[in-house]
Amino acid sequence: MKRVLLSGNEAIARGAIDAGVSLATAYPGTPSTEILENIARLGGTKAMWAPNEKIAVEFASGACFSGHRALAAMKHVGVNVAADPIFTLAYTGVKGGLVIVTADDPELHSSQNEQDNRRYASFARIPMLEPSDSQETLEFTRLAFGLSERFDIPVFLRTTTRVSHGKTVVEIDQWQDPSPPVQPSLEKDPRKYVMVPVHARLKHVDLERRIAVITEYAETSPLNRIEMAGTELGVVTSGISYNYVREALPDASVLKLGLVFPLPTQLIHHFASLCRRIIVVEELEPYLEEWLAFIGLRVEGKSLISRFGEIDAGTVIKAMAASGDQAPEVDADGDVPQRPPIMCVGCPHRGIFHLLSKRKIFVAGDIGCYTLAVAPPLNAIHTTVCMGAGINHAAGIEAVHDEEHGAVVAVIGDSTFLHSGLGGVLNMAFNEIPATVIILDNLTTAMTGRQDHPGSGFDVHGNRTRQVDWEVLLQGLGVEHVRLVDAYDLKLLGETLEEEIKRNAPSVIVVRGACMLLRNRPVKIERPYRIDAEICTNCGVCLSLGCPAISRRNASESEKPEIDGAQCTGCELCYQVCRFEAISEID
Amino acid sequence: MAADDRPTNILVVGVGGQGTILASELICHVLMTAGYDVKKSEVHGMSQRGGRVESHVRFGRKVFSPLIVRGEVDYLVGFEMAETLRSLQWLHSGAKVLADTKAVLPYTSQVGEAPYPFDALERIRQQGYELIVVEGEEIASRAGDVRTANIVLIGALARLLPVDRKVWEGAIRDNMPKKFVDTNLRAFGLGYEV
Repeated sequence: MKRVLLSGNEAIARGAIDAGVSLATAYPGTPSTEILENIARLGGTKAMWAPNEKIAVEFASGACFSGHRALAAMKHVGVNVAADPIFTLAYTGVKGGLVIVTADDPELHSSQNEQDNRRYASFARIPMLEPSDSQETLEFTRLAFGLSERFDIPVFLRTTTRVSHGKTVVEIDQWQDPSPPVQPSLEKDPRKYVMVPVHARLKHVDLERRIAVITEYAETSPLNRIEMAGTELGVVTSGISYNYVREALPDASVLKLGLVFPLPTQLIHHFASLCRRIIVVEELEPYLEEWLAFIGLRVEGKSLISRFGEIDAGTVIKAMAASGDQAPEVDADGDVPQRPPIMCVGCPHRGIFHLLSKRKIFVAGDIGCYTLAVAPPLNAIHTTVCMGAGINHAAGIEAVHDEEHGAVVAVIGDSTFLHSGLGGVLNMAFNEIPATVIILDNLTTAMTGRQDHPGSGFDVHGNRTRQVDWEVLLQGLGVEHVRLVDAYDLKLLGETLEEEIKRNAPSVIVVRGACMLLRNRPVKIERPYRIDAEICTNCGVCLSLGCPAISRRNASESEKPEIDGAQCTGCELCYQVCRFEAISEID
Repeated sequence: MAADDRPTNILVVGVGGQGTILASELICHVLMTAGYDVKKSEVHGMSQRGGRVESHVRFGRKVFSPLIVRGEVDYLVGFEMAETLRSLQWLHSGAKVLADTKAVLPYTSQVGEAPYPFDALERIRQQGYELIVVEGEEIASRAGDVRTANIVLIGALARLLPVDRKVWEGAIRDNMPKKFVDTNLRAFGLGYEV
């Protein structure tokens, strides 16, 4: 037995390998990203980035249809992208075990919404496991593949940010799979895998039969357990919330649900009969609470615990101490200035957003580091909804504003474009919408921590692979006007932008500059720059770039800006925007 | 839980790029090696781009929640002055503060719109907290690499925690790339003597 400190994501990776997973695939997304990275690092199985989550689930399910175990990992909103195959995979079932990891992000630490994906389990009729710490994450992941095979259905494994990224002590043992993998074989079975209506109608009935069998399993499964203490208060909980309950309410009895769909009705009734008062402690949606109410129990949940954001042990203590008498959270920051996230020093996105900001054009945005341009001083992102949406926003605006051509552009990152932007460009070209799309090609999936993708030229192991040819790709989609511009050449960038915005035809500008954080960054870092205080007029244009390396001394408005030579990467943008030639390379 | 079973809470704060997560990682390894139950939590992704980084470390006989409840921090380790000041709301009145003198200006201060609290450490002292000031970068340069400022603060923290110095040094050897081990051990040692 070895004691190690593992994050939930590391535990999933280990668990999947212990269970003999044959194919693991994912699209990066916080807080799920490290799952596939760790599977690749541990080795012994096929690990591959997929261009998006729908592809990941379909890719993995193909392996399962042939009797192999497979895993697809994604963040909560990735399940939206993958929802199409997921709902019907519940009908077909699997042969080899299929585990779909959904890493949810209550509090929206790095997401556009905080949807509660437990709802997907009950909606799609797919069993869902929800571990509370890394030890359980390891154990649940190991078991999930066998359960998937035993019940012939995909299995969801749901984590939340604090489970995915929290590190807890894990005791690693030699594990024997109680249900060893099935024998792989590729067999034709149209009634199982071809969901034409005549087959699917039967499979829908069969799905409910399987759910009934799994519900029976849930009633006695060790995944669900009662921890009895007092009889005054009984708490029904799952996942991370279990920890908060155990810390905050040591005298309460707890029904801890590790299998959150399907729910064990008899077990819940039994638990409720043991305690005088029953409450549910859960983050986000009243998912468990609604089920308890549905089966006829008197229960309190969202009347005590907020539906918004994360909770912690303090939330639970307060909720139980003072019903209806809660002081609002005070912002105790006082006069300490806020510190919103910003683009890195030398970031290749800075130049184009400086130009868009100056031009005051409407920018339909997307999901990635460049979304940070929404903040001052750039203020140059005006929509962000989901991956790939910006192109279609721009096209929609352009389609109904015939007389105001050139009022909008779309921006999208390289990885995001390959995830779900191709269809948008295809639509633009097909419908001859004269919008301009700017692809911000930094050669990586930067926001999630620099993962490779089909445009980076490397696979998950860092080995060379085929790289998308942007011009061929975009022309193939029907875009006649494709321009490739260096992200650090402001003059050329500005001229290209003017030409393409004015052009009365669909156009794409690929703005290329490698992410500053890429280890093998192909761009050489030049010498740092300095500002000559004698020449500087304190006009502030260099500060409007929002570069972390440029600041006024003592944070005083009357002082002239200075460049921190230790941080400066020599990207040269400040040199290019300075009208007084006050900025030069350090000799 | 009985009072003596209460976990000890360490809050490590800094700005993206300062090595905050690496530092809390090291603390956790040491505490686990010393036989404690340990939990750690922080947020990755968007907030790391120059934003505040906040890492919760909890240890004890048994730890349930990976998050510290506001007002229950025992040790605050701050790599950046404004972030250290911002974190006071997390402390209980008897908490100890280890603070680096480093200032990283947020954008509004860079351009001179929002004053930066250059008097942060003075204000922390005035509020009655036990404050240990660490000139991280200066000491780190003496150790041979200014980037080991985070390890200097870890050294100062190590002095306060119930784990033998040798365990800390072992963890540095086990968790750091070989070529950085000696510099980090020097930085740790200088921090320990602060």
